[in-house]
Amino acid sequence: MNIVVCVKQVPDSWAEKKLSPSDRTLDRESADAVMNELDEYAVEEALRLAEANEGSTVTILTMGPAKAGETIRKALSMGADAGIHVVDDSLHGSDAVATSAVLAKALGRTPFDLVILGTESTDARMSVVPAMVAERLGLPQLTFAGKVDIAGGTVTVQRVTDYGYDTVEAPLPALVSVVEKINEPRYPSFKGIMAAKKKPVATLTLADLKLSADEVGLAGAWSVARDFAARPPKAAGTIVKDDGDGGHQLAEFLVTSKFV
Amino acid sequence: MAEVLVLVDHVDGTVKKVTTELLTLARTLGEPAAVFVGSGFEAARDKLAEFGAHRVYVADGEGLDDYVVAPKAEVLAQVVGQGSPLAVLLASTAEGKEVAGRLAIKLGSGVITDAIAVEPGTGDDALVATQSVFGGSTVVHSAVTRGVPVITVRPNSTPPVALAGAGERVDVAVTLSDAAKGARITDRTVAARTGRPELSEAAIVVSGGRGVGGPEGFAPVEELADTLGAAVGASRAATDAGWYPHQFQVGQTGKTVSPQLYMANGISGAIQHRAGMQTSKTIVVVNKDPEAPIFEIADFGVVGDLHQVLPQLTADLKARKA
Ligand SMILES: Cc1cc2nc3c(=O)[nH]c(=O)nc-3n(C[C@H](O)[C@H](O)[C@H](O)COP(=O)(O)OP(=O)(O)OC[C@H]3O[C@@H](n4cnc5c(N)ncnc54)[C@H](O)[C@@H]3O)c2cc1C
Ligand SMILES: Nc1ncnc2c1ncn2[C@@H]1O[C@H](COP(=O)(O)O)[C@@H](O)[C@H]1O
Repeated sequence: MNIVVCVKQVPDSWAEKKLSPSDRTLDRESADAVMNELDEYAVEEALRLAEANEGSTVTILTMGPAKAGETIRKALSMGADAGIHVVDDSLHGSDAVATSAVLAKALGRTPFDLVILGTESTDARMSVVPAMVAERLGLPQLTFAGKVDIAGGTVTVQRVTDYGYDTVEAPLPALVSVVEKINEPRYPSFKGIMAAKKKPVATLTLADLKLSADEVGLAGAWSVARDFAARPPKAAGTIVKDDGDGGHQLAEFLVTSKFV
Repeated sequence: MAEVLVLVDHVDGTVKKVTTELLTLARTLGEPAAVFVGSGFEAARDKLAEFGAHRVYVADGEGLDDYVVAPKAEVLAQVVGQGSPLAVLLASTAEGKEVAGRLAIKLGSGVITDAIAVEPGTGDDALVATQSVFGGSTVVHSAVTRGVPVITVRPNSTPPVALAGAGERVDVAVTLSDAAKGARITDRTVAARTGRPELSEAAIVVSGGRGVGGPEGFAPVEELADTLGAAVGASRAATDAGWYPHQFQVGQTGKTVSPQLYMANGISGAIQHRAGMQTSKTIVVVNKDPEAPIFEIADFGVVGDLHQVLPQLTADLKARKA
C-alpha cells in the first residue's frame, strides 16, 4: 500500500504571530518553524498502517519555502520513506484554494492508495484543505478520523462529530484526515535521524506541476486581507484573592454584570 | 435585491440556533434564503420563516444523509448555479467549513472561514468579513475577490432577531454524482444527551481543567453550570485524562466557543485552550496559581481553590433564586 501524508511547516504555536505589514501575509521569519503539530498524528497513523501492511511505503508531501525541507526530514526520521517538496517563489501567500490545487496536482503524479492529512494547520486554522483536495481529485472524503482501519481494499473510519461519531466506509484510493486523539506520535530515534539523511526527497516546481504563477500565491488568491489591526489589549480585569469569601465576590460580580 | 443563501444546520429538522443567527445576518446584506438538505423540512419550516427566510430551497432526495459532506456542497452549488446570489453563508463548525471548502472549489469562488462579522463592502468588494486571528490579538478584514463569496460565520456572532419571512418552499431535485457518494456513513453513534445547552451555542460555558483533580472534580463544575443554565466545557488535559468526554473539549482541537460568559476553573490558559475561547465576551477565572496565564485575559478572577470557591458561588446563586 502506498500512503502519502501531507504535512505543513508552521510557526511554533507558542511563538507570537504577526502579519507582515507589506503584503498582509503571515510573517514566517518572525517565529521558529516546526512541523504542524496536528500533522505529526497523520505521519504516525501512516507509519502504523504501513507497519501493519507489509510492502507499504510512506511518502511525505509538503508545499512551502526551502526551509520547509526540515519538516520533511523530521517525518523521514520518524520512519517515512521518501519526500516530495513543492517549492517555488510564486507560492508565497497562497490561500487554501491555491494550496489545495498544488497538493492535488502533486498527488496526481504520485501513485497512492491513501492520502492522510492533519485536520488543521495551526497557523491558517481553516480546516478546509483536506475537503478541497478530496473535491479536486474526486476522492472519498473520510475526515476527522479518530480511528482508521484498512481491510481488503476498504478503509473504515470513526468520524468524530458534534454528537459522537459516524462510522464511514469507502473503497481505496481515499483521503483521510486524523484528529489528535488518534495516536501518540513517536519521537525520531537517533538511528532514524541518521537514516533520514539518505532518504530521497524530490523537489517539484510549479512548472513541473503544469500550474502557472497566476493560479497560486498572492496573485492567485481568491480572497484577500484588506487591512488588519492589533486589537487593543483588554483592560486588566479585577483579580481577588480568596480569603474565604471568593465565591461570594464572584457571585457579586455575576449579579452586577447581569448574568444572573 | 440579491439573495444571500444560508445553509441550514439541523438535526432531523430541528434547526440549530446558529442558523437563526445567519438568517439575521443575511438580512443586513440582501434577501435571506435558506437551503435545507436532508429529511425533516416540515419540522424546520416555521423556524426558518420566523427568522426571515423569504424562500427555502429544499433538497430531501435519496442518499443526501448517507454520505460525508459532499452532498451538501453539491446541493448548494446547484442552487447557486440556478440564481445569482450575493453570497453563501454557513456555520463555522467543523462540517460547515468542509462544505464551504468543497463548494468554493466547485464554484471557483474564494472562501473565508471563522468570520465574526460580515458587512457590505466598498469598491470592488461585495462583502467584507471580519476575522479575529492569532488567539484574538489581531482583527483582519477580508474580502473574496473571485466568484460568489463563500463565508463561514462563528456561532454566537450575531444575536438572532425574529422577523417574519414568507418561507416559500422551492424544491430542488438533485442527482448526486458518483464522487459525492464515495464515503458512505454506515452507522451513527450518538453520545448520551446531557440536557444542557449545546457547547458551541451556549450563552454561558463553565469549564474545568486539570485543576479539578479527577473525574469527580467535575461535580461542582456541573452543579454551577446547571445553576446558571450553562454548558460544560473541559481542557484537553481533562479530556485526555478521561475525566470528561472528548466532545466537550474547548480549544484548538476541540470546539471554538464565543459565549457571553466563559468560566475557566483549574485551567492554566495554554495558547491552544485560548484559541477556542478567547473571543468570549466576559471571562471569569478561578485558579489557585496567581501566575497562571489565564488571568491575563480575565475580566474577573479569583485566586483560590476551586473546591472552595465554586460551591460557595453555587450556594449564593441558588439562594438568590429561591
Ligand atoms: C496540537 C495540540 C493541540 C491542543 N489542543 C488543545 C485544545 O483543543 N484544548 C485545550 O484545552 N488544550 C489543548 N492542548 C493542550 C494545551 O497545550 C495544554 O496542555 C492544556 O490546555 C492544559 O490543560 P489545563 O489548563 O487543564 O492543565 P494545566 O496546564 O496542568 O493547568 C491546570 C491549572 O489548574 C490550576 N489548579 C490546580 N489545582 C487547582 C485547584 N484546586 N483550584 C484551582 N486551580 C487549580 C493550576 O494552578 C493550573 O493553572 C493542545 C496541545 C497541542 C500540542
Ligand atoms: N502547504 C501545505 N503543504 C502540505 N500539506 C498542507 C499544506 N497546507 C495544509 N496542508 C494539510 O492540510 C491540513 C489542513 O490544513 P488547513 O486547511 O490549512 O487548516 C494540514 O493539517 C495538512 O495536512
